[in-house]
This record gives sequence, structure tokens and C-alpha cells, in this order.
Amino acid sequence: MRNLIDIRELTTDEIASLLDTGDDIMAHPGDYRELCRYKKLATLFFEPSTRTRLSFEAAMYELGGQVLGFSEAASSSAAKGESVADTVRVVGCYADIIAMRHPKEGAPLVAAGVSPVPVINAGDGGHNHPTQTLTDLMTIRREKGGLGGFTIGLCGDLKFGRTVHSLISALARYDGVKFVLISPEELKLPSYVKNDVLRAGGCEFRQTAADLAEVIPELDVLYMTRVQRERFFNEEDYIRLRDSYILTPAKLINAKSDLTILHPLPRVNEISTEIDSDPRACYFRQALCGKYVRMALILKLLEVTK
Amino acid sequence: MNIDSIKNGLVIDHIRAGSAMRIYNLLGLDELDCTVAIIKNAQSAKLGRKDIIKIDTVTDIDLDVLGYVDPGITVNVIRGGELVEKKQLSLPERLENVLRCRNPRCITSAEPGLKQVFFLSDRAGKTYRCLYCEAKAEK
Repeated sequence: MRNLIDIRELTTDEIASLLDTGDDIMAHPGDYRELCRYKKLATLFFEPSTRTRLSFEAAMYELGGQVLGFSEAASSSAAKGESVADTVRVVGCYADIIAMRHPKEGAPLVAAGVSPVPVINAGDGGHNHPTQTLTDLMTIRREKGGLGGFTIGLCGDLKFGRTVHSLISALARYDGVKFVLISPEELKLPSYVKNDVLRAGGCEFRQTAADLAEVIPELDVLYMTRVQRERFFNEEDYIRLRDSYILTPAKLINAKSDLTILHPLPRVNEISTEIDSDPRACYFRQALCGKYVRMALILKLLEVTK
Repeated sequence: MNIDSIKNGLVIDHIRAGSAMRIYNLLGLDELDCTVAIIKNAQSAKLGRKDIIKIDTVTDIDLDVLGYVDPGITVNVIRGGELVEKKQLSLPERLENVLRCRNPRCITSAEPGLKQVFFLSDRAGKTYRCLYCEAKAEK
């Protein structure tokens, strides 16, 4: 039985295979409509989420399966003090596969250690978010035609942004990917990601606190992130850093014509809504990819084939 | 000062001076019924000063803990009054319930019943990280 807790658990071939399946489902959804009939997905969301939870649910429904679960800790036994391990042991009696989001880092790993059914990490605190990474990879591959030989700028909260950590871990294995890390000093990428992933992988990268307009001309992909209020213990720090980087049409003036602008969403104000109609804005297409790649992942972990 | 030599037991030698009590506690030696001698600040050609722990029984001790605290420590196994084995230590790949994760966002902060597990992420830098959240261990 396989779980997916960290994107690093997947080989490059396995990632390619999942993205291929995602593309195929997108092209031929009818071929997949009944593959998970009589199967149940439990969505255990101990922290609020819109698109991740709904995309998992939509994915399971489109595979012909059913969904049960909860969308906040308050409506689960966690509110009564139940441990993650006990919750998962019980839910494993009712569902065939579990997608879990938890504010505490490592909770899905604890779950995977005791669960009788596959567990998918749907985000654990500021740590990992592997299905968002699969979504990002599928989008980049579709937009760029491949997963190597481009310069990606990652902008905003690189410290607590779990999507950023997972994406860097995944992209570091492809040839010719250059990283430009754009953030205020307080939200810089943690040293363990720099050392263990980028330096250890021999990746070309640089950190900058420069204005977006200055670095944008060299980018093929721009990955914007939100400064997340829920990651701060101090409201003052959040307010001070929230508006550090905002993408506006003026900052895109010198950008490449085929720039791919991504955002894991939800956004607050870091991408001006005026950019939504720009063909380079790919974040809503990215959200669509999220459903298809999660369908591919559910099929893989349930060992269901077409 | 004379400490009786042991017939069957362990001598934990080349402990950095001042670390013996930490090792005594980490290994749970207070739970042993046999004689345990702690020698502090002994003369050492290699270290200048060192601590030594002598345990008057051959017992299983957690070499991983010792390897983490100080890989320079040696463990001598004595049987019938003779040195029969000298164990060299190295940094262990994994540590269980030796360190505590200090990351308030880690699941171990919310569920204290969980085993505290750290893995060696960088041997040269002697860096351990929490298995759950990957936060660096604080020494």
C-alpha cells in the first residue's frame, strides 16, 4: 500500500506517469467516469480549505466514487481531544482512501503510520503539500511543454509557504531549472531547503529582495504566493509583510510574452485582478489541473487501472 | 583514588569531561541494580581530562545515544576481567526519544504521546532533523 506524504517519495518516472494520466483524464474524462464506483474517499480537513478539499471531492465524484469527511477540526473528534492516529484508525474502517489536511506539521505522516488505507497529505502546516506540487508540475508541463530548461521566480512567503518548499523539491530533479527566490528578509526560504535541496542538488539559484519589476524580465515562470495570516503568531508582523510583493500590470511591462504566472490560490491582493485577463495568467487553469492530477493520484494509490 | 576493577561489565571511556552525568541520565543507568561508578576529570593523554563510567554488569546500552552525544566515546566490554571487545561509535542514522522537537507547529507539540524521532540529515554537519516536521534539532 502506498501513501503520498511528501513529493520526494515519488520517482521522476512516477511523476511523469501521474501527469500523463492527468492529461489523459482531461482529454477523455468519459473513460474514467466509473473507475472508482463503490469506493469512498474520506476528506479529513482539520484546517479550512476550499480548493484543495473541493478538488479532492470533485476528483472522487468524477471517478464515480463517493466522499465523506469533515471540513474543520471543530466538527471532528479532534475537538474532544482524539489523537490523529485514533481518528485515522477509525476512518480507515469506513473509507478506501484518506486525504488529510492538518495545521500541525507531520500529522499526515503519523496518520500514514497507522492507517489501514492509503493516506494523501493535503497540506500539513507550513511543511508539505504534495498534491499542490503535482498540480503545479502538470500546469507548468502543459504551459511550457516540459519540465526543464526554464527560469522560475518564486515570490512572496518562501518561509512558511509549503507549496513553495514542495515545488522546489520537485523541480530540483529536472535539468536546467534556475531558481530566483524573491522575498522580504523575514520570509526567506528556510536554510534546510536551500542546503538539502538546492545546494545538494547542484541547482542554480539566487535570493533577492529586489522589486519584482527588476527580476521579471529573466523569468519563464513566476510563482506568486500569499503571505498567510494563519502562519504568524503576531498580527503586527503579518500586516507589515502582507503587502511586500504585489503583481500589477506595470510590473509585467518587461516580462516575456510567454511568461507563465502561477499562484496556488487563494490570493488576497498579491496579484492584481487586472492581470486575470492576461493570457499569461495561468492560475485558474492551474486550479483545473488540480482536479485531474488528484484523480490520477487517487487511481494510482487505489491501484485502479483503466 | 581507587575504583575496583570490574570482572564482567562495561567501561564507557573517553567521555568529554563534564558529560558523564548527562550520559548517566540518557542511558537510564539509575535503573540498574548493580554498581555504577562515575569518574569525573580523570587524566587522559588524548583529551587532557575525561569522564569514565564503569558498570558492573554486561547490559545492553543504547550505543546510538552515545554516538549522538559524543562519537569519540569508546565502550569496552569486560568479561572474566579481560577486555573482550572495544566498540567504536558513530553518529546514528536515527534517534528515538533522545531529543525533543522545539517547533511549535510540529504535531509532536500537540500530541505529547508521540515518539520523538530525529534522523541524521547531514553527517558532516552533525545535523539532525525531526522526522515529522524536518525542523533542525537544537543541541
